[in-house]
Amino acid sequence: MNGVHDMGGQHGLGVVIPEAEGSAFHAVWEARAHALVIAAPTRGNIDAGRHQREKIPGASYLTMTYYERWFEALCQMLFAGGFVSADELATGNANPGAAKATPRLNAVDVPIAMAWQGSYLRESVAEPAFAVGDRVRAKMMNPIGHTRLPRYARGRTGVVENCHGSHVFPDSHAHGGGEDPCALYTVRFTTRELWGPDASPRDTVSLDLWEPYLERA
Amino acid sequence: MEPSTTTLDSPRALVGGRRICQPVLMHDHDHDDHHGHSHGQEPASDIALRVKSLESLLVEKGLVDPAALDAIVDFYEHKVGPRNGARVVAKAWSDPDYRTRLLADATAAIGELGYTGGQGEHMIAVENTASIHNLVVCTLCSCYPWPVLGLPPAWYKSSAYRSRAVIDPRGVLAEFGTVLDADTEVRVWDSTAEIRYLVIPERPADTAGMDEAQLGALVTRNGMIGTARL
Repeated sequence: MNGVHDMGGQHGLGVVIPEAEGSAFHAVWEARAHALVIAAPTRGNIDAGRHQREKIPGASYLTMTYYERWFEALCQMLFAGGFVSADELATGNANPGAAKATPRLNAVDVPIAMAWQGSYLRESVAEPAFAVGDRVRAKMMNPIGHTRLPRYARGRTGVVENCHGSHVFPDSHAHGGGEDPCALYTVRFTTRELWGPDASPRDTVSLDLWEPYLERA
Repeated sequence: MEPSTTTLDSPRALVGGRRICQPVLMHDHDHDDHHGHSHGQEPASDIALRVKSLESLLVEKGLVDPAALDAIVDFYEHKVGPRNGARVVAKAWSDPDYRTRLLADATAAIGELGYTGGQGEHMIAVENTASIHNLVVCTLCSCYPWPVLGLPPAWYKSSAYRSRAVIDPRGVLAEFGTVLDADTEVRVWDSTAEIRYLVIPERPADTAGMDEAQLGALVTRNGMIGTARL
């Protein structure tokens, strides 16, 4: 979707304010919100979570902090998944007689869960269409659902610099369409191709793009 | 819904109730203003109270274990952070064989040091040289290699950084005090998939006699994102 989350290349969004290395969280509530997202029964589909955050209305998205977005998306997913009701979200109180569940993640399992080395690589179902060195163009496309092809790369031509095998395809996975693994490539674009002749002649931007985003150039 | 065999019988968690969130119903999807609707209810309270209320609600319903939340917070506050990445970099500077393994298969080489887990599933190490400078961003959200760098700083998640790092990397770098000459090639990596990038900064001069611990102390978080040179 062409949401405000797709920020690459926009002007007018402020200056970068550096920050010293320090604690992971800036407030206690941020730490609790982070932990809730990881422990909640809605965990498990990173693409659905990202898409939920993208669906926050644009004007709100831009005024919310990162963890405010995480929290908002968590509430919506808990509601959509039937884990909490609108009344419960309105009052903060469990409905009388509501079922008592069993947590999916217990404290004793946290160290293993945190260190668990997952993978988004899947067995390839087809030969990759492109090889390192191939010139490819990011398709001009404007899907209304989740996608990881930023607007600033659409229609632009780059060179395949790495092939990663088949990875879970977010455009399907975010919408309950299964993992639909597709070949994933790193594609390097010159900044002049992306931004025009005023850009530095030497610089490049590399993006990780799935095969359905690409066509031979 | 989770299967259950028991029924909640605890008293209401919050006397008087506290609005956590206004759920978006399916027919509201095209609306752009659900945050402003009153629907005759109290507006949501401030974010700290809302998070606390949701935690209470989920604990009351048996959907989360509060001790698990404590353990998760402890993990992100104490077990991961940029000192992990600094150890990777210092080892790469000190041990040519490790550097070779890191550049060939960063996921495995980082795993050798015990750094695994979410947001580190597929790691790639990119090396700065005298003529190449690497910079990492995630324009679409805020993807970041948690096992080696911990959770991202606020600026990495900011609209300013996400919007500008790809169109004006040299301007962003200058705001960090990193001014590159025109001959240096800037390579920006936009983390659009589950590949996570770790910048291996150039080893500073005059460090020939240092051991890995001393070298690691020189490695900064910003150096491993690419907004600083060491």
